[in-house]
Amino acid sequence: MTLEVIEANGIATIQDAGRIGWRRFGVPTSGPMDVFAFHAAHALAGNSPRDALIEIGMGDVTFRALHDCVIAVTGSGFRLSVYIWDFPLWSSYYVRGGWTIRLEKTDSGMWAYLALAGTLQIKPTLDSRSTYLRGPFGGLAGRALQIGDVLRADHPSRPLTELAARTLPEALRPAYTQTPIIDVIMGPQKDSFTSESVETFLSSDYSISPISDRMGYRLEGAALTQRAKIELLSEGMTRGAIQIPANGQPIVMMADCPTTGGYPKIGTVISADLPVLAQCAPKQSRIRFRETTVSQAQKKYRKLMSGLKGVIEAEFGMEY
Amino acid sequence: MKPRILPLGDSSALIQFGDEIDPALNQRVHALAHLIEISSLEGIIETVPAYATLLVHYDPLLLSFTQVKEHVRTKIAQVKENESRTPRRLEVPVRYGGEYGTDLEFVATYHHLRVEDVIRIHSQKIYTVYMMGFTPGFPYMGKLDDAIAVPRLPSPRTRVPAGTVAIAGLQTGIYPTDSPGGWRLIGWTPLRLFDVEAENPFLFSPGDEVKFIIEKS
Repeated sequence: MTLEVIEANGIATIQDAGRIGWRRFGVPTSGPMDVFAFHAAHALAGNSPRDALIEIGMGDVTFRALHDCVIAVTGSGFRLSVYIWDFPLWSSYYVRGGWTIRLEKTDSGMWAYLALAGTLQIKPTLDSRSTYLRGPFGGLAGRALQIGDVLRADHPSRPLTELAARTLPEALRPAYTQTPIIDVIMGPQKDSFTSESVETFLSSDYSISPISDRMGYRLEGAALTQRAKIELLSEGMTRGAIQIPANGQPIVMMADCPTTGGYPKIGTVISADLPVLAQCAPKQSRIRFRETTVSQAQKKYRKLMSGLKGVIEAEFGMEY
Repeated sequence: MKPRILPLGDSSALIQFGDEIDPALNQRVHALAHLIEISSLEGIIETVPAYATLLVHYDPLLLSFTQVKEHVRTKIAQVKENESRTPRRLEVPVRYGGEYGTDLEFVATYHHLRVEDVIRIHSQKIYTVYMMGFTPGFPYMGKLDDAIAVPRLPSPRTRVPAGTVAIAGLQTGIYPTDSPGGWRLIGWTPLRLFDVEAENPFLFSPGDEVKFIIEKS
């Protein structure tokens, strides 16, 4: 099961579930921007959550299958064609040796995930196969895929024909849209903002700035002001945290975000809504934020993930 | 002060011991981090110590915030302030000034000191690695002597070479890799702080003690 890269625009990188255990040393977790689409691709391909796959963003990518293989493609903002056919995402497909697989960028999303059935053969760096472009390390020497790269997956969990033609129903996916309402847990520095600013944050439209990347999404919209110019000591940070730098324009921390930061955080996007936010495109999107509680957020995330696990178990008799 | 435990999103808990750079506070942060690490409660992923806070990352599929909070509370009760573990001490050779320490003269002029005084003051103290962050392997150390404290650059340099020793406010640090940087550069160490291929990729760990040794260039 081998793919060769024959066209590589934009940023396609190898990602696994993330680099765990090194954050105390300042190493970002990296991993997929859209965690749900990552797991869905692996589940459809019969893989384990510990496997690595290819995340595709910002431009078109084409592969050629060097042998017969099964791929699962998920995500948003890409058109998939295999050989001479156009296929929908969120499904697995049998690909014959010699056929091409093309992912073409559209305006309506940001990231696609291509999992090869089997374990992608990539040497781990700091216990993870995730690419950290700024490192640069992980994946293929810390860089994006290039023409000529060859990716091999070994030991699919089932015979290929059993893994092909599987689909994840739309009802079990997050509600992807370019005009989402994104739930946030307010704090820990909510009180350092004026009450007008907190209100503004929860009632205005924001869009994603084009200078956003895997590290963070910069938001364009109403600026937020602090009550007083307080210096916050650097403290631990996480994906989803919404930092407000001096100019008042929020930045949502994403997969490659630093492990610590010194800007106040008005709130944090909940895990269940991060995939939706990750798929919001610059200029296309109009985002609203809404306050929720930790227990509601965790309930929503458990429901989302158990929906995926449930269908894999019920439909295909496999554990994910 | 009783530490506060606040949610940072639905999968991290922030434990606030205080809001200042204080060696005693920081020691409690590292002590708690250690206790949580060795307790290995399923669902706790990892901890990130900072100056006066500890961030605990957990898996929301396995633990609720309340469960994490309760676990952390029992661990906080076990942190004995006066009975801290002996930290590891590392010696770091530094060539002050020269090609890499381009701001050493500035620091001296800023405080009406001689360059030798700045070097003496910087190298005589034993620092603690309060936290790591910014880039992989960057140690935030302190507390720097007031006598040589300087503000950071108004706008950061686009490239500071790996090994450069720098200061900003009451902190001192070393750039582990070539990166942008806004601190004032005073010297260089030949030690490698981060080697991604090595068995022990990082020279420092949070909580370590560091002594700079003057090396003649």
